[in-house]
Amino acid sequence: MFVTYMVNQGGTTVLKTSFAATTAVATSFALLAGAAAAQEIRFMCYSDGNECEVYDDVLTRFEADNPGVDVIVDVVPYQAILENLPVQLAAGTGPDMAKVTDLGGLNEYYLDLTPYIDTGYWDASFGGTLDWYRVGDRQGYYGMHSQLTITGAFVNATLFEQAGIEMPGADATWEEWAAAANAVAAATDTPFPMAIDRSGHRVAGPAISYGAQYFDGEGNGSFAGFEPFAAQFVAWNEDGTMARDVWAGQGGATYQDAAQEFINGELVFYYSGSWQVGRMDEQVGDFFDWQVVGSPCGPAGACSGMPGGAGIVGFEQTEHPEIVAAVIDYLAQEDVYAEVAARTRNLPAHLGVASAGVEFQNASPAAQAALNAFAADLPDVSPIAFAYQGYAGNRAMFGITVERLSQAIVGELSVADAVGRMSDDLAAAMAESQ
Amino acid sequence: MSGAFAFLTRTRGRANGGTRLHWTDWASYAYLGLGICLMFGPVVWLVLSSFKTEADLQRYPPTFLPYQQQTMLIEGYDEPLPLFRMTGGEYEGMILAQVRRVGIQAQMVDPANPGERLRTGIDEREPVQRVRLATENYTELFERFTFLRYFWNSTFITLMSTAIMLLVNSMAAFALSKYRFRGRTTVLLLVISTLMIPQTVVLVPLFLIVTELGMFNSLWGVIIPGAATPTGVFLLRQYMLTIPDEILDAARMDKASEWKIFWRIILPLSAPAIAVLAILAIMWRWNDFLWPLIVLTQSENFTLQLALNSFQGELLTDWSSLLAMTVLTLLPIACVFMFLQKYIATGIASTGGK
Amino acid sequence: MFLAILNPLMRIIEIPMLALQRLLGMRLFAWAFLAPNLILFGLFAFLPVILNLFYATTGGDNVLLADRPDVGLRNFVTLTDCGSYLDPNTCREDKFWRAVWNTTWFVTLQVGFMVGFALLTAIILNRDIRARGFFRAVFFFPVLLSPVVVALIWKWILQREGVLNAFLDWTGMGGINWLVDAQWAFAWSVFISVWAHMGFYTLILLAGLQAIPRDVYEAAIMDRASPWRSFTRITLPLLAPTMLVVLVLALIKGVQTFDEIYAFTGGGPGTATTFIIQYIYEEGFAGAPRLFGLAAAASLMVAAVLVVLTLIQLWVNRRNVDG
Repeated sequence: MFVTYMVNQGGTTVLKTSFAATTAVATSFALLAGAAAAQEIRFMCYSDGNECEVYDDVLTRFEADNPGVDVIVDVVPYQAILENLPVQLAAGTGPDMAKVTDLGGLNEYYLDLTPYIDTGYWDASFGGTLDWYRVGDRQGYYGMHSQLTITGAFVNATLFEQAGIEMPGADATWEEWAAAANAVAAATDTPFPMAIDRSGHRVAGPAISYGAQYFDGEGNGSFAGFEPFAAQFVAWNEDGTMARDVWAGQGGATYQDAAQEFINGELVFYYSGSWQVGRMDEQVGDFFDWQVVGSPCGPAGACSGMPGGAGIVGFEQTEHPEIVAAVIDYLAQEDVYAEVAARTRNLPAHLGVASAGVEFQNASPAAQAALNAFAADLPDVSPIAFAYQGYAGNRAMFGITVERLSQAIVGELSVADAVGRMSDDLAAAMAESQ
Repeated sequence: MSGAFAFLTRTRGRANGGTRLHWTDWASYAYLGLGICLMFGPVVWLVLSSFKTEADLQRYPPTFLPYQQQTMLIEGYDEPLPLFRMTGGEYEGMILAQVRRVGIQAQMVDPANPGERLRTGIDEREPVQRVRLATENYTELFERFTFLRYFWNSTFITLMSTAIMLLVNSMAAFALSKYRFRGRTTVLLLVISTLMIPQTVVLVPLFLIVTELGMFNSLWGVIIPGAATPTGVFLLRQYMLTIPDEILDAARMDKASEWKIFWRIILPLSAPAIAVLAILAIMWRWNDFLWPLIVLTQSENFTLQLALNSFQGELLTDWSSLLAMTVLTLLPIACVFMFLQKYIATGIASTGGK
Repeated sequence: MFLAILNPLMRIIEIPMLALQRLLGMRLFAWAFLAPNLILFGLFAFLPVILNLFYATTGGDNVLLADRPDVGLRNFVTLTDCGSYLDPNTCREDKFWRAVWNTTWFVTLQVGFMVGFALLTAIILNRDIRARGFFRAVFFFPVLLSPVVVALIWKWILQREGVLNAFLDWTGMGGINWLVDAQWAFAWSVFISVWAHMGFYTLILLAGLQAIPRDVYEAAIMDRASPWRSFTRITLPLLAPTMLVVLVLALIKGVQTFDEIYAFTGGGPGTATTFIIQYIYEEGFAGAPRLFGLAAAASLMVAAVLVVLTLIQLWVNRRNVDG
């Protein structure tokens, strides 16, 4: 489904490809729109870094090619996308387009781009990620995956060196990493051997490696097989292998990372994802050497990470579906996509861009290597993980995972009770959302 | 014994002619001193932190003042090199610049003798730091945002909402405190009962109503619902009850209209209570976040609080900008407070008295 | 300048108001003053609550009422389906009952400490001290901070690598991981809530104290009444009406505690600081799927409890004042 990335290490640029193609698309559209009165497109965007700024900049060129079109990028807090956008869409007051993360969940509102785009190009360029935006019988072209992420581990290599301990190999298991991280932490007097972000998305990969199925026979969400991972994870939190702070320090389904601990050199092995590379690059600086390793393997045989990310979609409510489609299509063009990926330092989901390689802007050799390592781990991702990422009910399942697993970690529930409650919660949620 | 008496009732010491401070005075000042540390300390910490770089914010142990590692341009190197003070090994006590670090070894160079490279372990040194305010946290805000636009939106919302709320609430409080009419108790109970349900739990119905009224994505969608706060009616009514009815009767004798009585007599006499309510209302509206977040989606309508929170992404938060923005949004409210604070003294007076 | 705008404005309003007064007569004229407020309230305070009633009897995850299936009292049944109300683990909606018990404990402690410290502070500020205005401002200042800022500041201070632990480390006591320990997190939640809101109640109490006439105390000194006795027999009774306002407001606001704690601990560790409004917010708004019906039902139950508590307070107060 995904081509392994061959990110350009030689230092030559790859941003020139297919510029002509984009210009052609843009021009043809300009003719279509003609000299109509100014048409305003509202693009609701959130940033994990500089994405919105870059889109705004890139879209200025689109506006120049299409007189009369004004694409306004409204930068909102992520909370607005997550909590308010669905309510606004239900009330019919949503924006024209948005950058979203609940890919399948908002499907009913998506604008089908099929009539406006070259579906052949899209199929060839985005392949499997297009499925993440499809639900049930709505099988059109809805979203352009703008930001591909994959979970994986950051390791403090300097601590390993100081402890004189060999780093586990490429196909090492979670238990081997746990043992190694514990040994390093003990030898170097580091407070935390391991940490995993507090997020249902982050534990999905390890859980699959431990045998979680996430789907029942009929393709509905399920927590079957989650217990082995839950038991191991809770045990690791109890014996100090995992930094308890991360999961026990928060409530509800709140997200919490452990990047600060890692940056301060207090954490040996940090399981997070590709989006942290930029931050590590800037903030660890010269403090220690770090590197990225793929997701470790589990007893179920898989060594899966979890893919993810955000995409740009249009909404059916828009008054200018053809312009919205043109804007998204413009961003989907190979040269534009490559430029945005390079400037925002995100892994590309565009297969053409990925295979040509991206030279990330302002990235140190360590960061470039880290992004390569993440990209190289994509083939290891289990099919379950891909399906889970595209499942419309995954947000409910992520939330339930975090809430109940935390309760087991702080001792409010036993592991068995927690897993039982997870299934009950999921059943209740599915009954309500029928 | 008399000390305890003074403590529990009111002042002793200087007021009663004594020049020596009584122990209860000392205890009081100690309590107040502790109060300053506890109430102001955290805010000072916030302001100082807002001048730290993102990397400095993540360091432990945290430093009181914002520091940055000192660098030096050394002959033969293009970039300024970071300076370290050696704490062990053969170069102990010297200040060296680091050329590069590989694993747990570092290549250093002596600024006095740039030709020779020295090898040290990384645990034998500490960085040389100096205080530096990361003012770029602030200047970047102005480059990145249409800051003035947001500031204007916040100000407009706050002022309009406060003005409407004060007028409407004081009118209602006047009616509820100075007129006897059927249904007065019912209205009063209804007002108090709206105190019971916070806005947070009716966000969705409220959103649908505001959308129906065509106020979605308009500043009025924040202003008007914001003005419907029951606390104001409650506080003002309690205050107006203390105004003697005789004054009103005298005015009525002079054939003053009821409206004139309201704005010529009741309003001026309630000024202190209104000042307090004004402070509270300004603060509520200025700090509002959840409600504007759902009503305002277009950046030309954004308030400062929305802009502040846009530093929070799904996965990453830009702390240095967030803290700087927090301090900036705090400044105006602090100014308003300083301006109005002298009214607070008399202001709350007898809102509680029946 | 302010008056220059206000005066003509008031004069303009006077014209229709005078006409209304002639039309309605004195008996009905009160409604003219009430009308604007009632319209605002009706639309933006009552109507949402009434809509909430309808939401409470519907199911599904649709936003618009018209699309929601009627489920009768099912949401209330779900919420109250418990083996034992004292043990949330036996309840179907265990999170709801955890939140209920957390809120009960929280409000008891928070209102107790807050009113206690507010009274102590008010008494001290009522003494003849230097720079009284300044100190008054100091204690009121945190009230001005937005809940998110309050949470941000304290989180920054209390986190494992925060300034408090750095200080404790430095003194050699060793840091504590405050926000990971359920009891500490709860205690700090009470603390920051008191910290943030105490100033408001201090001022109200201070005003109440200043309204007590001086000569009452002078008479007490003449009678050689013990200080404690004059405190309990003069100050407290005369402060009772103020105290009532403070208690009613503090209790209502206490039960409604949400923003600052949500931003502070997120309700954790586990569910140790999850309070009732957070439960409602997460079920009905932030969670997936959004169970508006369940959330609306829970909010009505909270409102009912608050009404009962307020009535009890008013009733107790009436007896005190009369008796």
